[in-house]
Amino acid sequence: MSVDEKTVRRIAHLARIAVTDDEVGPLQGELNAILAFVEQLGTVDVSGVEPMTSVTPMAMKKRADVVTEGGRAADVVANAPETEDNYFLVPKVVE
Amino acid sequence: MNASVDPKKLIKGGLHDWEVIVGMEVHAQVSSRAKLFSGASTEFGAEPNDHVSLVDAAMPGMLPVINAECIAQAVRTGLGLKAQINLRSVFDRKNYFYPDLPQGYQISQYKDPIVGEGEVLVDMADGSSITVGIERLHLEQDAGKSLHDQDPTRSFVDLNRSGVALMEIVSRPDLRSSEEAKAYVTKLRTILRYLGTCDGDMEKGSLRADVNVSVRLPGEPLGTRCEIKNVNSIRFIGQAIETEARRQIAILEDGGKIDQETRLFDPGKGETRSMRSKEEAHDYRYFPDPDLLPLEFDQAFVDGLAEGLPELPDAKKARFVADYGLSPYDAGVLVAERASADYYEAVAKGRDGKAAANWVINELFGRLNKEGLSIEASPVSAAQLGAIVDLIGEDVISGKIAKDLFEIVWTEGGDPRALVESRGMKQVTDTGAIEAAIDQIIAANPDKVAQAKEKPTLLGWFVGQTMKATGGKANPAAVNALLKAKLGIA
Repeated sequence: MSVDEKTVRRIAHLARIAVTDDEVGPLQGELNAILAFVEQLGTVDVSGVEPMTSVTPMAMKKRADVVTEGGRAADVVANAPETEDNYFLVPKVVE
Repeated sequence: MNASVDPKKLIKGGLHDWEVIVGMEVHAQVSSRAKLFSGASTEFGAEPNDHVSLVDAAMPGMLPVINAECIAQAVRTGLGLKAQINLRSVFDRKNYFYPDLPQGYQISQYKDPIVGEGEVLVDMADGSSITVGIERLHLEQDAGKSLHDQDPTRSFVDLNRSGVALMEIVSRPDLRSSEEAKAYVTKLRTILRYLGTCDGDMEKGSLRADVNVSVRLPGEPLGTRCEIKNVNSIRFIGQAIETEARRQIAILEDGGKIDQETRLFDPGKGETRSMRSKEEAHDYRYFPDPDLLPLEFDQAFVDGLAEGLPELPDAKKARFVADYGLSPYDAGVLVAERASADYYEAVAKGRDGKAAANWVINELFGRLNKEGLSIEASPVSAAQLGAIVDLIGEDVISGKIAKDLFEIVWTEGGDPRALVESRGMKQVTDTGAIEAAIDQIIAANPDKVAQAKEKPTLLGWFVGQTMKATGGKANPAAVNALLKAKLGIA
């Protein structure tokens, strides 16, 4: 499997990463190198092997249904470039 | 499936009769105090960004920790949908960009949902019923809320909803009309409310539906579908399906073809329109969320939840029909809300079930609807209504007086039995008193008495006069019998 130039531009757009025309070629090469490596991994026979989800066997941690956080709207929006009445303000999104 | 096409459900186009095929994805907000992966409150109506933890705001380094109650609620719902419960499920990231999604992805379940196939039995208004297949139910996070009307150049973002647990319940494309679709959502809502896993409050957005609509000529393969996003009332679901089906039929009959796309229903304009912005977003690049281990529990956990489930509407309805002798229709009306069913049972206990149903459905529900009140806010308690039913059963008051009594209890309150005594509403069954009244009327109206021999329907006039003379308290059966004897009507 390999990616063409168009796919590189599309992936960059989906990830909202600005890629200049000059960067597309080198990125395509890097991505294809990674994909080639993954393809090499794909040749290993793993039939009957459970995918590993954690290095040590452990169960998912759970929390009780108790409200322990909130009430800090000013902190939540503190880093936002623009706010009003503790709302985040963003360029208008029109549907 | 051809054999099952019901001509009545087809939509008439200019050239052909079309079959509409509907499947739904219902997003139901899980009833829980805290969010799916954080300890922030789920309560509705807080100040902007007040119910937001640093996890919900996607601050760097924050990690999600699942709320155990949300897992239990999803399993309860799965059991209520008679569905397969998956003891192992996986959370995935669904990637897209939108200002009210600070993580840049929604934590959802893709290949391995917590609940698999199930079904919902849906009763239709004409007494028939359909079975709608459930494909899956999965847990996912809600997004925040954007306000677009506050400023000409800015959208306002509030993350209070961000991270609240949703159950996405996906149906099979088993629905064949807008009526069926509305009945399905209504029934699903009833089940969720019985289970206590979602409050079903559509005005607050606790229940929203994405509706998949396609049309075909009967017997043909499925047509291309369009998805109508985020329809937030049962009435609009019906309208959206009708509108979209007609749009597709017009295109197809003109020789065009349907583009698979996401559309928005505008109830004001009565049209659906394309949401172009959603098109590129369809490439969600799902992958397992590396912050979350697979969700695993054992069968004993599921069995424990199953034991704690309340009696569900289908079972309750069947029991009302069997134990109280109700018609399936009346039983269906009573079980639509758990509170109504509980109220009815409190009235019916130890009494005539049918009489109790008549009073609850006709008098009480009628009056509650008129005043826009819920059963919980009824001024007449089940004990009070039960007492009224008793008084009729004991022949202490007539059905007509009972309605007056109901009115007094509704507006003034009080013990019905005491009210009947204190206000002299007792039915007169003393034939002597009734006879005296009748004798007076007969004596005063010799012409009518003579006519009555020829025209037995005049009996009604005499009954009316007698009831008037006794202040409506005479026992109607006794009045009828006495009048017939005295007037010589067979």
